[in-house]
Amino acid sequence: MPLVCWLEDCRKESVPLVGGKCASLGELIHAGVRVPPGFALTTEGFRHFMTESGVASAVSDLLRGVDCSDLEALEGISAQVRSLIESQAFSVEIEDQVAECYRKLSLRCCMPAAPVAVRSSATAEDLPGASFAGQQDTYLWVRGVDEVLHHMRRCISSLYTARAIAYRANKGFSDEQLAISVGVQKMANSYTAGVMFTLHPGNGDRSVIVIDANFGFGESVVSGEVTPDHFVVNKITLDIIDRTISQKLICYTVDTKTQTSHVMDVPFERQKVQSLIDDEITELAWMGKQIEKHYGCPMDIEWAIDKDIPTGGNIFILQARPETVWSKKPQGQGSAAVGSAMDYILSGMLAGRRVS
Amino acid sequence: MKFPVPHDVKAKTIPGTEGWERMYPYQYQFVTDDAVRNQYEKETFWFYDGLHYPEPLYPFDTIWDEAWYLALSQFNNRIFMVPPVRGVDHRIINGYVYISPVPVKNPEEIGSRVPHFMERAGHYYKNWDALEAKWKVKMEATIRELEAIQIPKLADMEDISVVLDAVGESKGYHLLKNYDDLINLGIKCWQYHFEFLNLGYAAYVFFLDFVQKQFPSIPAQRVTQMISGIDVIMYRPDEELKGLARKAIELGVEALVTSSPEWTVVEAALKASPKGVQWLTSLNLSREPWFNVSTGTGWFHHDRSWNDQMNVPLSGIATYIGKLKQGVNIERPTAKVCAERDRITAEYRGLIENEADRKQFDELLGCAKTVFPYVENHLFYVEHWFHSVFWNKMREVGALMQEHGVIKDAEDVWLLRRDEIKSALWDIVTAWATGVTPRGTHTWPSEIAWRKGVMQKFKEWSAPPAIGIAPEVIQEPFTIVLWGVTNKSLADWASVQEVSDPDTITEIKGFAGSPGIVEGKARVCKTVAEVGQLQEGEILVAPTTSPSWAPAFAKIRACVTDVGGVMSHAAIVCREYGMPAVVGTGHSTKVIRSGMMIRVDGSTGAVTIAR
Repeated sequence: MPLVCWLEDCRKESVPLVGGKCASLGELIHAGVRVPPGFALTTEGFRHFMTESGVASAVSDLLRGVDCSDLEALEGISAQVRSLIESQAFSVEIEDQVAECYRKLSLRCCMPAAPVAVRSSATAEDLPGASFAGQQDTYLWVRGVDEVLHHMRRCISSLYTARAIAYRANKGFSDEQLAISVGVQKMANSYTAGVMFTLHPGNGDRSVIVIDANFGFGESVVSGEVTPDHFVVNKITLDIIDRTISQKLICYTVDTKTQTSHVMDVPFERQKVQSLIDDEITELAWMGKQIEKHYGCPMDIEWAIDKDIPTGGNIFILQARPETVWSKKPQGQGSAAVGSAMDYILSGMLAGRRVS
Repeated sequence: MKFPVPHDVKAKTIPGTEGWERMYPYQYQFVTDDAVRNQYEKETFWFYDGLHYPEPLYPFDTIWDEAWYLALSQFNNRIFMVPPVRGVDHRIINGYVYISPVPVKNPEEIGSRVPHFMERAGHYYKNWDALEAKWKVKMEATIRELEAIQIPKLADMEDISVVLDAVGESKGYHLLKNYDDLINLGIKCWQYHFEFLNLGYAAYVFFLDFVQKQFPSIPAQRVTQMISGIDVIMYRPDEELKGLARKAIELGVEALVTSSPEWTVVEAALKASPKGVQWLTSLNLSREPWFNVSTGTGWFHHDRSWNDQMNVPLSGIATYIGKLKQGVNIERPTAKVCAERDRITAEYRGLIENEADRKQFDELLGCAKTVFPYVENHLFYVEHWFHSVFWNKMREVGALMQEHGVIKDAEDVWLLRRDEIKSALWDIVTAWATGVTPRGTHTWPSEIAWRKGVMQKFKEWSAPPAIGIAPEVIQEPFTIVLWGVTNKSLADWASVQEVSDPDTITEIKGFAGSPGIVEGKARVCKTVAEVGQLQEGEILVAPTTSPSWAPAFAKIRACVTDVGGVMSHAAIVCREYGMPAVVGTGHSTKVIRSGMMIRVDGSTGAVTIAR
């Protein structure tokens, strides 16, 4: 089993190797969808790190006999464990592989040192240590291989927050079963970003794809801070059947010093400019359709257009999950008995059409 | 929603047109001297039928309005017993036709009509194909009868055969009788026109209704696409032109055929060569009936057919010869169109979640597909073939009236009502029999001169889209599908009470007819005779198009029309060619001028003008 692998080599069956997040990104790539390129430290790499360096036994020594009800003591132990992990170097083998992957990743992005997001990817949903860690295990705008390696270790150490340790102890999970993968993915430096539903969120119409877009990162759209541009695309024929270009006052971009995104005003002359060109809308909708087909249900998708990557290959899917609101409701007039065309015409005529 | 009171609109008589009411049947007037009728008219919702009548009606052309006033209403209300609706009522203001669906208000009466409707309409739906085959036989027989009608000349002395055969009737009597026959055939033809049409539209409307409930955002053009026929008669005239283009190349006479845009010149050249004569034989086979296709909608006397204007089909043939010479494929991509139609239908069907709805979809789709060929094909028989022959018979009547001095020009005949023509013919016939001068030689020419002035003033008047009070519910299928009377259109009509300056308009909204976006140079063609000016790659802007415009579509990149819905000719042809169309924009030909850069978005139904 590899210590490090590319996202495109992952499938949904790869959860034990690369965790849920990375497996789902791999699955998207497999479905023909473009996601920001990246690689993962596999669970095998994680074990290798923990055992070869002797960290594993040091950690179990520290944790032996810990009293989970004594929160203060637990916090102290957690801090020791985490600093132990974070200060431990990876083996030369892993370092070399990560460095090589990062170099290739940067090359693919046409950049000297590509900014990446480093995040943990849990191997099982019922392994709460990982999901508890979910709060602090994503590091954005990381640049340079040393920084990447450092943040990978921070992701691993997030398995040992006080809450996670206590939770596992209470549930009787043994630490030997613990496995985590760490994903390293190109930050989408988005020119424009937003969300896409593969049904109409207003009326549940499954024959359309609805796209909301604004300049900068998707945050402004997701949070509802701006009225985004709004496009309705026919899912079957992929033509744009409705468009609303809004006045977009703010957007989010990166502050490279703090490595965080920050809000800025959209220059006046761009506020009413369509934030996506028509070809991009069509391509996005096509991607949405592929994703829905692959997963077999309406999807809620986050996407971005990366300005670091040449056009033609710069539209990326950041996340895709099943749509939940309309998918639960029964569709149309399913309960009505099926009649002949005549019956339907008659009842329709009798009902008429309200016009005022 | 309230619109201007009809009687107030009518009361603002355009100066110089006082007394215009006599140009139309009296029952078409909004009245003030009959309290009951006046009250009904005030409380009713009337909308301007711009779909059929982009211009004010000539008195004679009112015949087709009267014909469908009767036919549509009787089939709804007296034959099929459509439960919630009676007929469609008509009025005229300043030459513009206003119509209104009449509901059945009493719920008990609606209920009592239901079983009759189920039995009667059910019979037609069940036996559609067999009954439609009968219809074609009836319709073709009616056209043959029409073609056989003679408008006899009135000779100073009747032929000797009248005596020898003991005919016992004069040509004067035959003229009166044959004119009546001509008019009656026209009315009969329109009886047949509506025999299937109401039910055909109902099947379409409720398929549309069902699909829109499943998919609230589905564009109507996609619904039409699912049920449109591929081998409809509408395409046949254009196919004939393509065949003639191929034949010309095969016979090696293509240089002769394209030697001049003037048919008379080309014909003379062809007659001089044996191969040319051979080609002319093929042409004559195509001309009957296919060149009876009208260059307009066929509704008006000025809509001439290809047979009347041979330069039009000639320019089409020349276009196709040019394309063939360049090695361009001019075949319709029927296999591709069918495949796309099937793909779209299957994908929409696949998105319906439960089995019961899928079954209902299949039921309604099946019904719509059965009836739709009629909805598309009747146009050729009635509006094109029958009308083209009919207008020319009426021209013979006009020529006879001119000969007898009752009108100054044969084309003045259109300024008289059909019953006035009958009176004038009586005048002519009795004067001829008696050997005196018809009284009309003195009265009609001045009246016609005045009416011409009135028509001109009517053309300059802008008809409000709706008057009266809008109802809460509309149940009449035609009103919904043909005229697009919906909540939204009513709101639009209410907001556009006054027309803004056409030179400042930058966006025109219409129906999304065929998807896609194209930017390019506009070419406004008010009639099909102007399509010769079209340059390759331009955007056609036309009042409406009909099958006779078909060759123009081989040159253009997009199309915009004033009149028509998603089932109109322009929309259907553009979908086949895969080019955008925005239809039913109302006034594009008035706002857009040739040479303007415009952007046609056939997916949203917007036309943007770069100013």
